[in-house]
Order: sequence, then structure tokens, then C-alpha cells
Amino acid sequence: MGIEQKAGDLGAVTIRLEQAVNWARTYAMWPMLFGLACCAIEMMAGQAAKYDMSRFGMELMRATPRQADLMIISGRVTRKMAPVLRLLYDQMPSPKWVLSMGDCASCGGIFNNYAIVQGIDEIMPVDVYVAGCPPRPEALVHGILTLHEKVRGENLKTWA
Amino acid sequence: MEMVQDMNNELGSPVSTLVERFGADVQEFRGQTTLVISPENIFDACQVLRDEFSYDFLEVETAVDYWPQQDPRFHVVYQLYSIEKHLRIGLRVPLSGHSPSLPTLEGLYANANWREREIWDMFGIRFEGHSDPRRILMPHDWQGHPLRKDYPLGYEEVQFSFNAEEIDRNKPYAEE
Amino acid sequence: MLDQSEVAFNELRHLVSERAIKGETMLLNMGPQHPSTHGVLRLLLEMDGEIVVNCFPDIGFLHTGIEKNMEAKTYEKAAVMTDRLDYLNNLGNNLVYCMAIEKLAELDVPPRAQAMRVILTELQRISSHLVWLGTHTLDLAAISVFWYTFRERELILDIFEMVSGQRMMTTYFRPGGLWRDVPVEFEEAVRQFIDIFPQRILEYEAMLSENPIFIERTRNIGILNSKDAVNWGVTGPMLRATGVPHDLRKIDPYMGYEQYEFVVPTHTDGDTYARYLVRMEEMRQSLRIVQQALEKLPYGPVRSNNRKFVPPPRSELSTSMEAVIHHFKLWTDGFDMPEGSVYVAAESPRGVLGVYLESDGSPKPYRVYWRTPSFDNLQVLPTLAKGHLVADLVALMGSTDFVLGDIDR
Repeated sequence: MGIEQKAGDLGAVTIRLEQAVNWARTYAMWPMLFGLACCAIEMMAGQAAKYDMSRFGMELMRATPRQADLMIISGRVTRKMAPVLRLLYDQMPSPKWVLSMGDCASCGGIFNNYAIVQGIDEIMPVDVYVAGCPPRPEALVHGILTLHEKVRGENLKTWA
Repeated sequence: MEMVQDMNNELGSPVSTLVERFGADVQEFRGQTTLVISPENIFDACQVLRDEFSYDFLEVETAVDYWPQQDPRFHVVYQLYSIEKHLRIGLRVPLSGHSPSLPTLEGLYANANWREREIWDMFGIRFEGHSDPRRILMPHDWQGHPLRKDYPLGYEEVQFSFNAEEIDRNKPYAEE
Repeated sequence: MLDQSEVAFNELRHLVSERAIKGETMLLNMGPQHPSTHGVLRLLLEMDGEIVVNCFPDIGFLHTGIEKNMEAKTYEKAAVMTDRLDYLNNLGNNLVYCMAIEKLAELDVPPRAQAMRVILTELQRISSHLVWLGTHTLDLAAISVFWYTFRERELILDIFEMVSGQRMMTTYFRPGGLWRDVPVEFEEAVRQFIDIFPQRILEYEAMLSENPIFIERTRNIGILNSKDAVNWGVTGPMLRATGVPHDLRKIDPYMGYEQYEFVVPTHTDGDTYARYLVRMEEMRQSLRIVQQALEKLPYGPVRSNNRKFVPPPRSELSTSMEAVIHHFKLWTDGFDMPEGSVYVAAESPRGVLGVYLESDGSPKPYRVYWRTPSFDNLQVLPTLAKGHLVADLVALMGSTDFVLGDIDR
């Protein structure tokens, strides 16, 4: 406490544990490769050269849920696919976050019918919703930055 | 019979053959020819078209539901195409009843396999002799046939500000 | 609930061979979530070691019920859903739907709208082939091509955004023509693209066509002969790679394609490498069509004048009573279509895309059936995959170029 008052923010020399862990988590959050439909193409465009998501720590997309932190549900989730989605979510180890990309994943989108799950928050808890049909890569990046801010605000109580 | 001769000469002979042999009705609309054939004759008609007139490509196989009209309730629609002659011909088969059946075209056109599975899944029309009659698009334990007209769309009520809390209470949300 | 593996086995007991039931061959689930399945496709592979003896595709994980949903909306509102079918060919889907409505209602399309539709559809074809190339080579571990193709695709998406405001789901084609005219910068942007792109195709070919690893991984994989292809209903570049020159733009020209000079590339081998060559050449020919259409672009209105189907411009509403009546009818009820049914087909980057539209005189479509090319292209996959390794199966799936939105609708 005294050092911080006298010398200002020394960066990593004196830092709270929560801040350190959250910083590490945001800077290397690897999404799971889970593109379902049209939003997946915009997610791929977001990973590509023009709107590079590697700048924000999403260097790789891991295909296996066991090695991924973030699940970006991009695309419409049907009732046939919903159990598979839940299984994948359960297979991801904590800490894990879910970003619902696009209108179909957030609320069912334009498809209000028998086949589409009206929003994946019926199946799993969601951290950030990104609107758009499909959302521009910049919108997805904004969603990821919002998620980073949320992660930076996490504290010990939410981990345990 | 005049109608048959007036039509495009290239399509004339398959149409007249089918009319003679199977008693098909001819309909022409916007330049496209459709023949209405009864369910017993559909396999032979397609065989004649494939072998004698080289309509070797099954382009469309689907069904239309005319509920609440019960007789006929369904029409199964086919579009056959000839790759060499670049001609298309349409066939319709009227069917009635709650769970009607038709002979399968799998022996003639290999892609009828999945198309007939889709018709079974969506409409409930069985195909006799099909090698693999199971659902293709819906989950394997789904009840009902979605594209029938008496199957509801299944939509969820739209949330506006006046009914937002009410819908929120009834909607399942996952916590963990 | 049954365990997933038991469900799989019970469903397929009548399809798998004796060896699988005895336990000699292994049933492997290449599940809906897999990096190489290009969408949510589940493949059940019956494998003898590394060799695929049989494979059973399980589709329906993306079944959106678009056909039933379109029956509940008016024609103009349902056009919005058409973009989302084959989500790499948005304008192509719009085009076929509008062609079906125009044929059924006998609606005219002005020449400027036709030429603009051709330009945008061909640009969409190029962008779809670019995604195909990027993801196909990504699966074969030639990852750099992915970055380059998506860079080119951004140029095309910028053009779409300039024209309609949206990168992908534009719904720019409406019954009767286009939604509105293109801005002034359109021509310059397309010309820039035409100047840049040929050099880029040469770059891709320099990286891949003579590459011994690429040739090794794609030659003689999944050979399809033309008779089987026609019997299985295969269309598009898969059929053209077997030697059958079937392209609806040449055979049954629509939207003025007969004015433009282009070649339909074919190949005789029928394997993955042949499909790659056919699609690369198709990109060049599409660019040629865009160039010719841009030179010949006529002036004029971009939407039909038939006020029964096309809303009047807002300026007319203050002067003409009929305009107000038409506007009211179109915006509340939608336009009434004559009764009857038509089937219209066009050439999408994947093959023959057709719409069977049936109307009963009401403002909502009675039945819209989409004859999608990827449905049949995927159906032929089990016959092509027999006897190949799993890695070859991955290359084969990439070259089939199916899109799950197309298959499951």
C-alpha cells in the first residue's frame, strides 16, 4: 500500500493476485472452433488478415473443448444440435466463458419456429451477446473486448 | 390430344407416350409441362422416361400438403431432367390419406434415397422398398412431420416491453 | 436417454456390414463439431484400421425449417430468409427466388437490373470459390492460402457493403429488379477489383497447382465417373470435373447471360485435383463475365414499373392516389400472386440451385421448395470415400464444397 502511493503504478511489481490472473486470462483466451452457420464465416473473416483477432490474444482456435477457454457460438442452434452443444460446454474445463455471436444464438434470430433454439441461454449461461446478422468482424472484436473487461472485473469469489 | 401436338415438338413424344400408356393428365403453365400420374404408375412412367427418352437426372422430388383438403391431401412432385437434350419435365402424383405410400424410385435414380427420406421426415409419406427409411433432418426421436399444414410453426411469442416479464418467467433459462 | 454410441449403432444396424457387427471394423464418429467438416455434419465412419470402409453422413444439425417459415411470411418478407440458406452464395439464393416470383407473376426485369444482377452474382461466385479455396487448403495444412483468399474476399465484401449496406446477407435482389440503384463509386470499385484479381489467381496457382504435396494429396482421390455423377444427381463443378459440360448459364441462359462470352471449364479425371482446376478456372471466367457486363451496363430503371408488385417511389405518394393504394396494399398485405406452380433453376457456385414455388393466390407462398446442390453432392460422398484414408476423406469433403445451410435448409 505504501509503495503504491509513493511510486505510483509499478505494473507487475506490485499487483493483486486477481489482477494478475485476470490479465493472464484475457491475453491468452483461446476460442473453441465452433462455427455453425453464416456467423462462422464472419468469425473466420475476423480471424483472417484484415480484422485480425490474434491481436487480442486469440491466436489459435482449438478444435478440442478440453484445451479451449472461450466458446463462440456462431450460428443458429437447432434442437438436434442443442444436446451436442451442452456436451461440449460441459467438456470445457473451468474457467470458461461463452460468447453468443449473432442474432440466432442470442435470441433465435429471424427463425422463430420449431427447429431453432430461441437463444442459447436456454441451454447454457452466456457472458456476452453480440448482435448482428451476421455481426461484422469489428462487432465481434468489440464483443471480445467487452468480455475481456468483464474478465478483468472478476474476483476471487467468482472463481471458487 | 390437340394440346399435345401444339406443345413444343421436342417434348411432344414423351408427353404423348405417357398419356397413351398411363393415362396421364397434362398441365402446362408458364411454358413448363407437368403430367399428373397415379401412384401405381409412377415407377413405370419414370422408367419409360429414363430408358426411352433419356431423362436420366432426378432434379426435384418433393411433396406439397393440401390440408384441410383431404382428397387428394398430398401431391408428390418430381422434376426429371435430360442432360443430353436439356429438357425438363414435371410429374405430380396425387395421394390421399393420413399416411400414404408410394413406390420408391431408388432403383432408377440413386439420389432418390435421401430425397425420399426427407419426404418421409417432413410429410410422413412412406416409400415402399426404400432401403433406409429413417428420419434425416429432424432428430431420430422427433414426433410429427413438420412440413404438414396441420403441424404448428412452433413459434415463441415475441417479447415486447408490455409482456417481457411474463415471457421471461415461462422461458427456460440455464443457470449452470 | 440412450447412450450416443448405442443410438448410432441401432440406427445403422441395417446399413453397416457384417464385419462391423462382429467387431472387426471400428465405428468412428466424426462428430458435428470437427474442424474439417465445414459446418455441422456428422459422419459415422466404418474403418478398417485407417481405411474407410463406409461412411454414413448424418445431417440435420442445421435444419432451420426455412421452408415452413417462408410459408408463414409474405413473399417480400420471405426474401430475407433466402440469404441464409446457402450462406456463401447469398445473392445467388436471392436471385433464384426472385426469378421464381418473376416467372410465376410474369414480371419484367429492366435490362440494367439484369446486368447488375449478373455482375453481383458473379462476384458472389468468386467470393464463394475463395472461401472454398481457403478452407480446402486449410484442411490440407496449406494455411497461407487461407489468409490470401480472405484478403481478396474482403474486397468483394466491401463492394457488397457499398451497394446494399451489408457485407453478407444483403437481400439486394427483390422481385422486379434490385432494391435500389448502385452508388457512383460502384464502377470504380469493381474496376479496381478486376485489375487486381487476375494476378492474385496466378499467385494461388503458383502456390498450389504444381506443388508436389498438394498433388499427392489430391490426385486420384474420390474419382467420380460421369455416369455415376448423373445418376446421383451431382451438379456443378463436381459434375464438370467428370467431363459433362453442364452449366445452366450456357444451356438455359437467364438474366442475359447469352450476351456474355465465357467458357465452361471441364476436366475429365473426376478427382479432387480436377475439381480444384475447374473451380480455379471458373473464377477467371466469372471475372471475365463481370468485366463484360460492366462494359455493357445500360442506363435505365433498376426495378420493374408494375405497381402491383413493386412499391411506388415515395415522391409519387404525394401526387397520385393509385400510388397510395398500391403502397398500402403492398405494405400491409403483400402482393397477390396468380395461382400455379413453377420451377426455376440457376447455377450457384455449388451446382444447380432451384426453387419450386407454388402459390394459391394468397400473398404468402403456399410451398417453397429449394432444390439445393449440396444435398446431392453430399449424398455421393460415401461411394467416393470407400477405400480411402481418413486424411483423404478430409480432402474429399473439402473438394465436394458443400455448405450445411444448403443441405439442411
